[in-house]
Amino acid sequence: MSVLLAAPKKMIELTVDGEVVRVFEGSTILDACRMLGNEQPTLCYGDTLTPVNVCRVCVVEVEGARTLVPSCSRKVEAGMVVLTDSERVRTSRRLVMELLGSSVDLSTAPDALAYIEQYDAKPDRFGPDAATVVQDVKVDNDLYVRDYSKCILCYKCVSACGEDHQNTFAIAVAGRGFDAHISTELDVTLPESACVYCGNCIAVCPTGALMSVPEYEKRQAGTWDAENETVVSTVCPYCGVGCNLELHVQDNEIVNVTSPHDHDVTEGNLCIKGRFGYQYVQNRR
Amino acid sequence: MPDLRLLNAEPSDAERIAIDAVLGAGNGANNRTARDDRTKRHLLLPALRAAQQRVGWVSEGALGYASRRLAVPPAEAYGVASFYALIALEEQPADVTHVCTDLSCMLKGATVPEGAHPSPCLGLCERAPASYRTIAGEQPVEEQIPAVGPPLPQAGQSGLRLLRRIAAGVDPESIDAYIQTGGFESLRHARELGPEAVLREVTESRLLGRGGAAFPTGVKWEAVAKQQALPHYIVCNADESEPGTFKDRVLMEQDPFALIESMAIAALATGSSHGFIYVRAEYPLAHRRLQNAIDLARSRGFLEGFDIELRIGAGAYVCGEETALFQSIEGFRGEPRNKPPFPVEVGLFGKPTAVNNVETLFNVLEVVTDGGEAFSGIGTKDSTGTRLFCLSGAVARPGLYELPFGATLRELLDLAGAERPKAVLLGGAAGAFVGPDLLDIRLTYEDTREAGVTLGSGVVIVYDESADLVGALLRIAEFFRDESCGQCVPCRVGTVRQEEALKRLAAGRAHEDELQTLAELAQVMQDASICGLGQTAANAVASAIVNLKVFAA
Ligand SMILES: Cc1cc2nc3c(=O)[nH]c(=O)nc-3n(C[C@H](O)[C@H](O)[C@H](O)COP(=O)(O)O)c2cc1C
Ligand code: SF4
Ligand code: SF4
Ligand code: SF4
Ligand code: FES
Ligand code: FES
Repeated sequence: MSVLLAAPKKMIELTVDGEVVRVFEGSTILDACRMLGNEQPTLCYGDTLTPVNVCRVCVVEVEGARTLVPSCSRKVEAGMVVLTDSERVRTSRRLVMELLGSSVDLSTAPDALAYIEQYDAKPDRFGPDAATVVQDVKVDNDLYVRDYSKCILCYKCVSACGEDHQNTFAIAVAGRGFDAHISTELDVTLPESACVYCGNCIAVCPTGALMSVPEYEKRQAGTWDAENETVVSTVCPYCGVGCNLELHVQDNEIVNVTSPHDHDVTEGNLCIKGRFGYQYVQNRR
Repeated sequence: MPDLRLLNAEPSDAERIAIDAVLGAGNGANNRTARDDRTKRHLLLPALRAAQQRVGWVSEGALGYASRRLAVPPAEAYGVASFYALIALEEQPADVTHVCTDLSCMLKGATVPEGAHPSPCLGLCERAPASYRTIAGEQPVEEQIPAVGPPLPQAGQSGLRLLRRIAAGVDPESIDAYIQTGGFESLRHARELGPEAVLREVTESRLLGRGGAAFPTGVKWEAVAKQQALPHYIVCNADESEPGTFKDRVLMEQDPFALIESMAIAALATGSSHGFIYVRAEYPLAHRRLQNAIDLARSRGFLEGFDIELRIGAGAYVCGEETALFQSIEGFRGEPRNKPPFPVEVGLFGKPTAVNNVETLFNVLEVVTDGGEAFSGIGTKDSTGTRLFCLSGAVARPGLYELPFGATLRELLDLAGAERPKAVLLGGAAGAFVGPDLLDIRLTYEDTREAGVTLGSGVVIVYDESADLVGALLRIAEFFRDESCGQCVPCRVGTVRQEEALKRLAAGRAHEDELQTLAELAQVMQDASICGLGQTAANAVASAIVNLKVFAA
């Protein structure tokens, strides 16, 4: 016999692309799609972050709604009729990818590149003079670099550094419109800012705009070898919290350290020691 | 609260004093964050504005001091400061002139002298070309500089409702003059009726919002009134930045007590104890007169159980979007929120909020005085009451006109003296162009909707044969590119691509399929943008291409 500990959550029934699905109240359209194995493209959505719904690549058509709605954040309602692959949806998604692809360097953004394929987007349609966010790479510390030519302004790093995880608030969005960008106060360098080098922003960045120095240097040197990367799981040796670590190893060298998002202690987050303090493993003196 | 790392520079004495005047005096040197200040983030923009007014820019020291006092992370304070066009983060002269280069002023030959800053519409379009001057200092000066122009054209005309007192020249600074001309009678009556009856009257009046979205005011107020969460807020949207719009300015400058009275009625009906009026920075006369009206109304006991605070913007069109306006008041970047949830449930400070346009609120006085049913008898079935129209451009008598809904565009143009227009922009930059074939359209919500155009905020800009329509389109595209908050991709990048394509078309260097590109940009902006700014950013351009065949081969 089972005992009910809390009132059961209400189930909501809706239709996605003609298929009926029942999900818990409070779920998003994206959750409902996933129940059906109907994956949606997402860029600014993060499984451990509060939705900011700014990239708009996940938009779907909801019957009766004037505009398309972001599936990553719109809550389901009973009787909703959702279309994820209508002409209207495909057009918007294609245009979103064309707008991003024509203004941002997506060369290290695997998901974005896949969506460009999937939606047959042609970023070069706007011509060679289309404005871009190209700028110099910021290399101002030994641990990670910021290449905002690759930034799609998904706000994930800001959420991770701020309210959602780290509570350091070292970075925020500054400026407005096409000039909006991620910045420290008055654009001071990271060492002058509040940054504690937890690297939690790197862990959520979907485009490679934020990158560890080893990865950056290897890519520059042409020796980056993702194909032959192995991942070793271990537990962080530094303190008693017990964060799970995944050591990303290329050619016998640790190139990145992450933590699984579904690990209930870290939700993918680490501190400077877990993220970057692995040099001693490699000192073979 | 995180352990904040703070900017090192110290504010100058002048900056510290100016900021303290907003935040109250700081405390001891070592306790760098006063506990009480921690929930006062909503004072961030007023503090930045104080520094700006005092020394002409926000220095590192001033930014650091404001973030310290309010326990706002410096990176976020920088994000907020850099959002607004009228907050300078680099040193500049104390005396700055902002010259309007927007639609109506363009038609009157506006040019930007050396050293002056170009500005979007300053809300002085009936007396174009206009500028706005700020002089920082101990006694800061903020000054609107319109070209000299005729008095309000409808002065003396009968049948005016919203403009009645203004046409009669009632002293806008005297509460006695206001009372003698019927002022505060509606509020007295509303208090007799009680909240439910007021709600009933407003609903029965079928009053629709005049801010642009044409939402039924009664429905909005009832939704707020029934919310369990407390407190409720009433917010007056006086950000008026739609190019070509100046009606709310005239109302606030010339009849400020009426706005205070109508907000007190709105508060009664929605169960709100606190109200905010958010006025754009470029309306200094309105600031003074409203503050005077609030102070006098309070001292005479008209605001019992209810208080009103004036909040002043800092140069951002998007802050007129209701949720961006909340963000701005709360001390965040003016980035619109995703809806739902709607403001009636989750609004200012996360509480149920009724947000209304100035002109909408003025109508409430008529509704309460005459009764909802009588009000609904004016105008047409679906557009009740009168409407204010902002006439500018190629007209003999530019200015504010009040007409019952149902008058045609031709009638309005005849009143203002427009000879053979080539085109008319209805509803502002977010509106649409119509050609001479549409002059007999009735200016109602239903007729404009059917014709695929909009009344928006009541803008009517007239273009005669000599006018440069392509230039107007380029300006509109530039406006949206400048004013996009930058949050969502369709608008942030779409407005840039729209402007680029228009520039190519204007220069005769169009790419293949350029019009198709513009049409697709219009679709993604309309369909996938977060807020009305992006959703309407292609309207005027699209309407000029379709209705006026601007780029027809
Ligand atoms: C970009 C943008 C700017 C807006 N600016 C204004 C404004 O300046 N004044 C205003 O009353 N409404 C403005 N609105 C409309 C408001 O979001 C809101 O609908 C209105 O204030 C509601 O008041 P109402 O129902 O009385 O019209 C704007 C909307 C958008 C999308
Ligand atoms: S490394 Fe950590 S503290 Fe530094 S910016 Fe990234 S998330 Fe913030
Ligand atoms: S740096 Fe990365 S995580 Fe941050 S906004 Fe840009 S793309 Fe997103
Ligand atoms: S539509 Fe434009 S103004 Fe509105 S949220 Fe998106 S970027 Fe900001
Ligand atoms: S993933 Fe939904 S808006 Fe970005
Ligand atoms: S004041 Fe110049 S266009 Fe409005």
